[in-house]
Amino acid sequence: MSSIRVLIGTKKGAFILTADGRREQWKVDGPHFAGWEVYHLKGSPRDPDRIYASQTSGWFGQVIQRSDDGGKTWNPPGTGPEDLAGADGMPKGQSNMFLYQGEVGTHKFYDGSQRPWEFKRVWHIEPSHTDPDTAYAGAEDAAIFRTTDGGGTWQELPGLRQAKGHLWQPGAGGMCLHTILLDPRNPDRIYVAISAAGAFRSDDGGQTWKPINRGLQSPYELPDPDAEVGHCVHRIAHHPSRPDVLFMQKHWDIMRSDDAGDQWREVSGNLPTDFGFPIDVHAHEPETIYVVPITSDSLHYPPDGKLRVFRSRTGGNEWEPLTRGLPQTDCYVNVLRDAMAVDQLDPCGVYFGTTGGQVYCSPDGGDRWTPIVRDLPGVLSVEVQTLP
Amino acid sequence: MIRVVLPYHLCNLARVDGELELEVTGPPTVDGVLSALEARFPILCGTMRDHGTLQRRPLIRFFACGQDLSFDPADTLLPEAVISGMEPFRVVGAMAGG
Repeated sequence: MSSIRVLIGTKKGAFILTADGRREQWKVDGPHFAGWEVYHLKGSPRDPDRIYASQTSGWFGQVIQRSDDGGKTWNPPGTGPEDLAGADGMPKGQSNMFLYQGEVGTHKFYDGSQRPWEFKRVWHIEPSHTDPDTAYAGAEDAAIFRTTDGGGTWQELPGLRQAKGHLWQPGAGGMCLHTILLDPRNPDRIYVAISAAGAFRSDDGGQTWKPINRGLQSPYELPDPDAEVGHCVHRIAHHPSRPDVLFMQKHWDIMRSDDAGDQWREVSGNLPTDFGFPIDVHAHEPETIYVVPITSDSLHYPPDGKLRVFRSRTGGNEWEPLTRGLPQTDCYVNVLRDAMAVDQLDPCGVYFGTTGGQVYCSPDGGDRWTPIVRDLPGVLSVEVQTLP
Repeated sequence: MIRVVLPYHLCNLARVDGELELEVTGPPTVDGVLSALEARFPILCGTMRDHGTLQRRPLIRFFACGQDLSFDPADTLLPEAVISGMEPFRVVGAMAGG
């Protein structure tokens, strides 16, 4: 029987939950990296026991951790005694070194002034589909980095910041590159999303990038209705079988593109509010998508104190609330952008974590929900691995 | 030997328990201690000072002999009591937050 491993990043460490394919009894392991913010953990699709983690702290900065045994043990790559063989005899210690390439340049700040790029943390790590040693990291201030040596060193792909980077500005959470989608059919195609800059696509393996924000409307944030960048995109998702069909949770609005982001259209439909953070796609039904509506940009909790996931089986526009097993009174948690994921079992399991420290699982595509752990620190990210 | 006390989280990163002793080959300064620390524990590179500029991270402090050395030039010689090993050099996470 297959088994499930859930990788949870929180404000005070990482947790790993495991269960068999029934997804009923869960074992909780953690905290790993106790006391640190763990923005994201993700396993390699090629080698699921290879897991990368972003461990960060306002005091001590960024640390990248790597496990090669499914999360049982962790090491910062490239910092062991065997790695001290630099030509000058000095330590390398480069796994947490994220340096912007070339002229650092400036971006727009909250007050409209220009500020130089300054690395703060890694929000998201996306391992390659084909090579466990290759992974991409999305950073704040927004940039994309790549490792090809298992996280020992990271190099920026600076072409992204050439895509009108001087007009990007921080969202409320900072100017973060939070989403990286790799096209499983075309290794040269990469999508990223940045708050508050928008969505971008590379068709040459990350060397050059173009904004893909046509059709987005942000009248409350951007006076220019045709602004090419500056949109506060909260999350994008796609189904691996149809990687050109993109779904987006924008600051406000649920959006859809059927042409790899060249044009977007709104599919918010009958949602009670179209503000929110995560969006994800069912593992076996490319037109079934999930969002968690949040009251507004000023009120980051569910409408009416009811925690509801909304599911569309039509690729948007027609949405149904999913409430069974979720709190329907006095619930004022949020669900952050990287805190929803699906497994690959049939029926598909859907998972999300809350800022209140609960992680919910639906083993039947959203019909029934159960908390599989409660009272963790605020959940920053959830990823799911389906193991043979 | 210079005695060094790291904050809890850096002890965990470096996998050391409590106070450690360091041989500082260069001048016994803050920079000298940090360089020796990073050489012995490469994972600490970037956690106390910037990789490139070697500037102290904003929320890191260096204490010794009841003094805050954080704002002294990094090439200032450490107090004699630290150099002789009578007093430890402390790396401290600054009070911040609430």
